[in-house]
Amino acid sequence: MGLSTSVLLTIALAPLFGSLVAGFVSPFLGRAGRAVAHSVTIACMIVSVALSFQVLYQLTLGGAENYNQNIYTWFQVGQVNASIGFMVDRLTAMMLVVVGFVSLVVHLYTIGYMRDDSGYTRFFSYISLFTFSMFMLVMSNNFLQLFFGWEAVGLVSYLLIGFWYKRPTAIFANLKAFLVNRVGDFGFLLGIAAVLTFLHTLDYASAFSAAPGLAGQVLQITANMQWDAATVICILLFVGAMGKSAQVPLHVWLPDSMEGPTPISALIHAATMVTAGIFMVARMSPLFEMSSTALSFVLVIGATTALFTGLIGIVQNDIKRVIAYSTLSQLGYMTVALGVSMYSGAVFHLMTHAFFKALLFLGAGSVIIAMHHEQDMRYMGGLRKYMPITWITMWIGSLALVAGPFTSGFYSKDAIIEAVGLSHRWGANYAYFCVMAGVLVTGLYTFRQMYLTFHGKERFTVVAAHGDDHETASSDVVYDVHVSADSHEDEHHSGGQPGVLHHPPKESPWVVTVPLILLAIPSLLIGYVTVGPMLFGNWFGGAIHVNEANDVLAELGQEFHGAAAMALHGFTQLPFVLVVVAFVICTYIYVFNPALADRIKRALKPLWTVLDRKYWVDEVEYALFASGGQKMGRLFWKFSDAGVIDGVAVNGSVRLIHRSAALMRRLQTGYLYHYAFAMIIGVIVLFGGYRLFGN
Amino acid sequence: MISLAHYIVLGAVLFCIAVAGLFINRKNVIVLLMSIELMLLAVNMNFVAFSRFLGDVSGQVFVFFILTVAAAEAAVGLAILVLLFRTRNTINIADINSMKG
Amino acid sequence: MNPQTLQIICFYAFSLVAVAAALSVITLKNTVHAVLALVLTFFSAACLWLLLDAEFLALALVVVYVGAVMVLFLFVVMMLDIDLEKMHEGFVKFLPVGVIVAVVMLAEMLGLIGVRAMHARDLGADPAAVAGVSNTAWLGQALYTKFLLPFEVAALVLTVGLVAAVALTLRERRDARYESASQQVKVDPRDRVRIVKMAAARPDEPTAPQEPQP
Repeated sequence: MGLSTSVLLTIALAPLFGSLVAGFVSPFLGRAGRAVAHSVTIACMIVSVALSFQVLYQLTLGGAENYNQNIYTWFQVGQVNASIGFMVDRLTAMMLVVVGFVSLVVHLYTIGYMRDDSGYTRFFSYISLFTFSMFMLVMSNNFLQLFFGWEAVGLVSYLLIGFWYKRPTAIFANLKAFLVNRVGDFGFLLGIAAVLTFLHTLDYASAFSAAPGLAGQVLQITANMQWDAATVICILLFVGAMGKSAQVPLHVWLPDSMEGPTPISALIHAATMVTAGIFMVARMSPLFEMSSTALSFVLVIGATTALFTGLIGIVQNDIKRVIAYSTLSQLGYMTVALGVSMYSGAVFHLMTHAFFKALLFLGAGSVIIAMHHEQDMRYMGGLRKYMPITWITMWIGSLALVAGPFTSGFYSKDAIIEAVGLSHRWGANYAYFCVMAGVLVTGLYTFRQMYLTFHGKERFTVVAAHGDDHETASSDVVYDVHVSADSHEDEHHSGGQPGVLHHPPKESPWVVTVPLILLAIPSLLIGYVTVGPMLFGNWFGGAIHVNEANDVLAELGQEFHGAAAMALHGFTQLPFVLVVVAFVICTYIYVFNPALADRIKRALKPLWTVLDRKYWVDEVEYALFASGGQKMGRLFWKFSDAGVIDGVAVNGSVRLIHRSAALMRRLQTGYLYHYAFAMIIGVIVLFGGYRLFGN
Repeated sequence: MISLAHYIVLGAVLFCIAVAGLFINRKNVIVLLMSIELMLLAVNMNFVAFSRFLGDVSGQVFVFFILTVAAAEAAVGLAILVLLFRTRNTINIADINSMKG
Repeated sequence: MNPQTLQIICFYAFSLVAVAAALSVITLKNTVHAVLALVLTFFSAACLWLLLDAEFLALALVVVYVGAVMVLFLFVVMMLDIDLEKMHEGFVKFLPVGVIVAVVMLAEMLGLIGVRAMHARDLGADPAAVAGVSNTAWLGQALYTKFLLPFEVAALVLTVGLVAAVALTLRERRDARYESASQQVKVDPRDRVRIVKMAAARPDEPTAPQEPQP
């Protein structure tokens, strides 16, 4: 039994419908518009998610064939046929379920989080549009539609980062995200062009079947320089993934994207969109398998991202930024998995990460609601009394993040670490070190965040009204108070001094906590259930192609004796020890000896500065690219626009007309005989010309 | 024997005299109008000659229409001239330059 | 004398008169003389057209131009009080330019015509005679059939010219006195005569001294 086209179309188009209704109908409905917006979009999402689950069921248990058909011809240029079509196999189905589920949960959560926002309907419209774009991206059966989805999610991401468009920081952040993504997308587009050049098709199936033919093909750059075609294609495509999945050095946009509302950070900048690059590389596995060089490149980039962005997370104070850097680090892990040809591991981690990172973000959002939009952890602490559900679910998410055994994160992350250890690819040793050190780093920032937020003393004060707030919270904070150079979050909280609340924090409403619980369940359990088939059971079938020589997963699979055994085995391994070490350190510092953090910070001042400034990547990139762009812009502005267009074209033509008119006016003497004279002279010239040049 | 060229050359000569008249009588509008009439006559001369030469009646019909239009033109032109003289008390073209840009 | 020779003599004679008269038109100081010279030019041209067997147009030229337009010119010239001396100013100054322009133009035209090449072209037989009708009938047939619409339009143009000329020159004199018949008819007697009823007069009684009327 095959999958039906109409079902797939419904999955993709239902969110689009919801988005259109929320975007174009609700604003005209007045008060009822808000209810219409959320009920219609959520209803559409429920339809999509239900059908996605059905598709997944059919493909796994129902024995349905993979679906690969063109539905509509977009355009035809010469030999190139651009179609809209769907390719649905288990990889796609899994992505559909993950994206749909997280999106649905975020839709629900948004009702609570955005309740008081004037852009309520707009927000629903955007996130539904995002879901549509993401579905188009994952269901695509050709490169061009993939690019469409790719750009569409980028667009929605841009819109949502700048959702509060009156905030200059948000506008700066969305511009930055947009520009950095342009760099990646440029590479991606070149990659697609290279695919078209060498494989003569944009269709996945035919491109992948033609992929072995790439071996030995070269791209002649100069007379003495030849590049392997497969390497060029893969690296260019991966540059696209680097932009979208925020890999070093194109990672700079993701932390800034936290300017957007928290549900967006959960949906787009943690769970789904940023993993599009991972998905894309996994989807292109037949191509990437052709080039060991490209995979080494992927590996090194991923490893660097995994470790070094995690380190930055340790010094962040903004609760969302910590999670953002954690996201970068985890994306690094996925990329590392791709780099060692462990595509299914990467996708597996993508899935588990989607759940637990969405959970962490939504939990952070819940905290932020409770703190009246205060995001600085220095003014939190002791919140567990006030919001138990958030506290417990956040701990579950954190445990999954640090790869506590039996949680979903453990299975995916541990498998990646093991696989890297087994790989012989160039750069694997470096990557092994990075991912191993990354475990410790992950533990440090995660536990630090949990302690700062939920445990310890309350570092905020509750003041009933304005006026009596002489005792500010920060006065008795002796540790970890450092004003980060970029901590411009201070302007976020709802007014007055930081850490001063007008009512005590309280647990969020059910529309917020229910999504947390819904996400906590898969964060805990999904790894245990799916690790066997997904990683070692060839669950993805033909969707992912791995050369036998590279198949570290098969090697790993020989030692796999069930999920429970793997978890128990995990207790004896180095990563677990590192997590425990991190836990002990954080517990000691933040629970028993709060002053120590500040001392450590002072002792390691240079290192701390390096991390706080994020390795100066922003500054370097600004100096290298952005300032050049600005200079070029200024050149265009001063010279081209003001000089040539305004000066010459606009004012110049006016001046020319003015002057020539002044000149011509002299010709208009008003004397009849002058006109007659001109006419006669004209006739004479005409005659003379005819006499001279006529036949 | 009279040939076509005789008439065409005569037409050309008359036309050039008329042009010269336009140039050397810069003041007197009446002479200018008469010069224009002379030009029209020169053109008519050509039309009639070619009509005869080609055996085509159209040339003579055309002359007929030119005479009509020239008569109307002379009438209107002279009316304007009278009006001009009445308002400005002159027919000197050198004084008529209110169209100057 | 052979008729062709006679024709050529006539042609040259009339041409000479026409050119001389045309030259006088543009050179004569007195405008009335110039108009008369133009009449002579038109007359000679009419004769030349007769040589071409275009009798109708030749006579039309005489009737329309010499008889009507030129008389109009004469009227206008005589009506206007023109300072002839002033009108002739600058004649010598502009003469060279006019002559040069005219000569250049003539040279170019003759060059374009290619006198020698055209010289051999005989005028051929009179087409009206070939058709077996008179020139007037020949022209009339074309005019009332093929060119009927332009003919009507030409009539319209003449009418418009007539109306325009009248409209332009018509003026109301402020000091002219004339009767308005319609206003005379519409007069109401009450507007003209007022009947006042008065009491019969009595001898004044001696009263208090009245205040003087202002």
